[in-house]
Amino acid sequence: MDGLNIPLNHVLLVSSLLFVIGLLGLMIRRNIIFILMSLEVMLNAAALAFVGAGAHWGQPDGQVVFMLILTVAAAEVAVGLGLVLQIQRRFKTLDMDHANRMGG
Amino acid sequence: MLEITLFYTAATVALIATVMAMTRANAIHALIYLIVSLLAIAVIFFLIGAPFAAALEIVIYAGAIMVLFVFVIMMLNLGDKGDRQEREWLQLKVWAGPAVLAIVLFIELLYVISTAEGPVSTTSVSAKEVGLSLFGPYVLAVEIASMLLLAGLVGSFHLGRRYLERDSFDVENSAARREAE
Amino acid sequence: MRELIWLIPLIPLLSSVTLMLSSGKFPRLLIGLLGVGSVGSAALLTLALGLDFMANPEVLQLTLWTWMQVGSFAPGVAFYFDGLTLVMMSVITGVGFLIHLFSTEFMEDDVSYARYFAYLNMFVAAMLVLVMADNLLLLYLGWEGVGVCSYLLVGFWYQNSANGQAARKAFIVTRIGDTAMALGLLLLFTELGTLNIQSMVGAANESWQVGDTLPLIACLLLLGGAVGKSAQLPLHTWLPDAMAGPTPVSALIHAATMVTAGVYLIARTHGLFLLAPTAMLVVAIIGITTSLIAAFTALMQSDIKRILAYSTISQIGYMFLALGVGAWTAGIFHLMTHAFFKALLFLGSGAIIHCLHHEHNIFKMGGLRSKMPVTFWSFMIGSAALAALPMTSGFFSKDQILLEAYQFPDIGPWLWFAGLCGALLTAMYSFRLVFVVFFGQVKTKPDKDTGWRMALPLSVLCGLSLVGGYFIIPVESVFPMSTGTHPAHWVEYVSISVPLVGLLLAYLIFQSGQLRVDGLVNSAIGKIMRQFWLSGWGIDWLYERLFVRPYYAFASLLKAEPVDAVYGLVVTFNEALNGWLSQSQTGRMRWYITSMVAGLVVLVAVALQLSPEAI
Repeated sequence: MDGLNIPLNHVLLVSSLLFVIGLLGLMIRRNIIFILMSLEVMLNAAALAFVGAGAHWGQPDGQVVFMLILTVAAAEVAVGLGLVLQIQRRFKTLDMDHANRMGG
Repeated sequence: MLEITLFYTAATVALIATVMAMTRANAIHALIYLIVSLLAIAVIFFLIGAPFAAALEIVIYAGAIMVLFVFVIMMLNLGDKGDRQEREWLQLKVWAGPAVLAIVLFIELLYVISTAEGPVSTTSVSAKEVGLSLFGPYVLAVEIASMLLLAGLVGSFHLGRRYLERDSFDVENSAARREAE
Repeated sequence: MRELIWLIPLIPLLSSVTLMLSSGKFPRLLIGLLGVGSVGSAALLTLALGLDFMANPEVLQLTLWTWMQVGSFAPGVAFYFDGLTLVMMSVITGVGFLIHLFSTEFMEDDVSYARYFAYLNMFVAAMLVLVMADNLLLLYLGWEGVGVCSYLLVGFWYQNSANGQAARKAFIVTRIGDTAMALGLLLLFTELGTLNIQSMVGAANESWQVGDTLPLIACLLLLGGAVGKSAQLPLHTWLPDAMAGPTPVSALIHAATMVTAGVYLIARTHGLFLLAPTAMLVVAIIGITTSLIAAFTALMQSDIKRILAYSTISQIGYMFLALGVGAWTAGIFHLMTHAFFKALLFLGSGAIIHCLHHEHNIFKMGGLRSKMPVTFWSFMIGSAALAALPMTSGFFSKDQILLEAYQFPDIGPWLWFAGLCGALLTAMYSFRLVFVVFFGQVKTKPDKDTGWRMALPLSVLCGLSLVGGYFIIPVESVFPMSTGTHPAHWVEYVSISVPLVGLLLAYLIFQSGQLRVDGLVNSAIGKIMRQFWLSGWGIDWLYERLFVRPYYAFASLLKAEPVDAVYGLVVTFNEALNGWLSQSQTGRMRWYITSMVAGLVVLVAVALQLSPEAI
């Protein structure tokens, strides 16, 4: 409004940080619930970057992509949580390091 | 000025909440932190002129998706034993390698975004414009997204069925069981 | 009558096939009757044919059927019969019959009696096809046929692996010559368009001049085959080893008939060789060199059969000398007389070996004169003929060769002189054999004397060796007349006297002991020379190092499949890569995710590096 607007690269910085934190969580957690949460965080970070960029140009496209990401997140969580239930029933654990029957 | 203050506050909250969410041993605690993070991001959306996205973030993300998580966690009923297990898994040696990789990636991202300049427009993009875009140039993407949701629906329905609990995905067996049911 | 000529090779062939199919189930008498009778009837037919030919010397050409037809190439199974063929057929069937008869006693204790006669009959059939062939392809069929039979018979006692080794050596070494001959055949066919010998020679005379390159090459290639088959330098090494076969086989194949096939081939294609004087010179030089080398070697041997083998090589060298100087008739004449006396000597040695428990070393024999009179006289007559003592058959033929060699332009006297040296050596080694084996003390007692089936062939061959020189072979229409004048009389006197000198030397050294050579032999140089000559001038040694070992080394190198190893490297590399990559497939999701992130980090870094302007 008066030249003290939010800088785009700060928005992107926040987005990057969130993404990296999510990625870190994805790499270190063994519980599949946390893995799914980390994925949510990463999707959110990506969504933030899109919305920020869309706002920078004053266009709705960023939000459109946000909605698509939302869709993907919803579908992924639905399927992923279904898998969580099956894994718990089959392996009696949520530790993904134990579900390694595909190991070579 | 207020907006800038609010942005940095919300960003800080989001980051801290996310870090907390990632490091919790208890799934429910982590989930609460995650919801806080999502709400903070919703505030950021609002601040950078995307009120519709902010609303969706709260309604769908913090609402619907997180509720799904809560349901599942409650169904699994992990308890204290799970918490102890999680703490054991969060050792420093588990952190070290992935942390280095993540930091390197972050530096690369920093290098990439360092050239992004200029402010974020504060004029909000209304839901109407978004809607027009969605059903205008992006209509094909919407169709695909709806297909994806349908597939997710079918997939989760299939995965959630109880007979998969038993040992086999075998078609004949499942058919026989279906008859028995 | 003459149209029945095809029966002559057919009878032994049928007998051979019958014996092969009998799988040793026939009684011995029947086997003997079949084996000897088939060759005997072939000999009778040949005799009748010969008489007919004498009365009416007319060339016969008989085409039985067309063998194959490929474009203009249509060799027939056709026989050509003239004086040369008759001489060869007589030798093959006549001497062959006597040797077959001899074999029935020699092989009487052998378990593979039927197999032996099957091979021997097949050999006779193949040899007859060789000499009767109308075209070079059919001749080549017979040529290879006798090669196979030679292989089978040298390795007849195959239970001893050394015999198999000798058989393979004989087969492979002659095969080297045969390859050259096959190339010669191909060259002749491409250049002249026919393999029929008569029309080929005619065409060659029309299209080629004397001294052209093409006839030279063709003749040298044919000579390659002849050299291999007739055991001349440089392919002579197989013949001494081929003595591993039964002794009658050595008499038939490796003395009388097969080894003279090379001589026959050159005589048969003499029309071509006349177009290539250089090739003829090569033939003469090969002949005389081989003759001398083999004679020296024969002088040192102690194995009775190896002495005879080297002497065979030496005598065939004389035949080559004769062919080389254009003394075709003399060459063929020597072929015939040599067949008589060398078969006699081999059969005689066979009788000794048979009666002395397979003893081969002449220094373990001795004083056999009174124990085995028939054999003794056989050896006396055979050696006299071999040494070309006057009035024996060998005298006439060898003398003729030497005289014609003397008249050869330019180097004639030298050839003659070398031939004389060979004759001297021949007399020495042949009578050395006689003196050592039949005189002196008895060292090994024979347990039996020869039976009639051995004595009869020996006696007949004795007669032939004595009077064979008076035969007139009917080849004057086959070969051009020799145009030389008669040389000075002293040449003839020297030629006659040299074998007598050799005989005298042999007597003084090996019998009376008046000429002491121990000092000479035991001196340093003498020992080396003796060893050198004993080993056949080290040629086997040289070939072993020059060809056999490198070949084995090469073969063992290829056995390891070096080319495959290169492709094997690809496999090994892929397997290693596969093993290495499958290590990474742990089934742990965090490991996968971390790997993906690492890859992402690298890719982003690379992308930034490659296109910094894109950001």
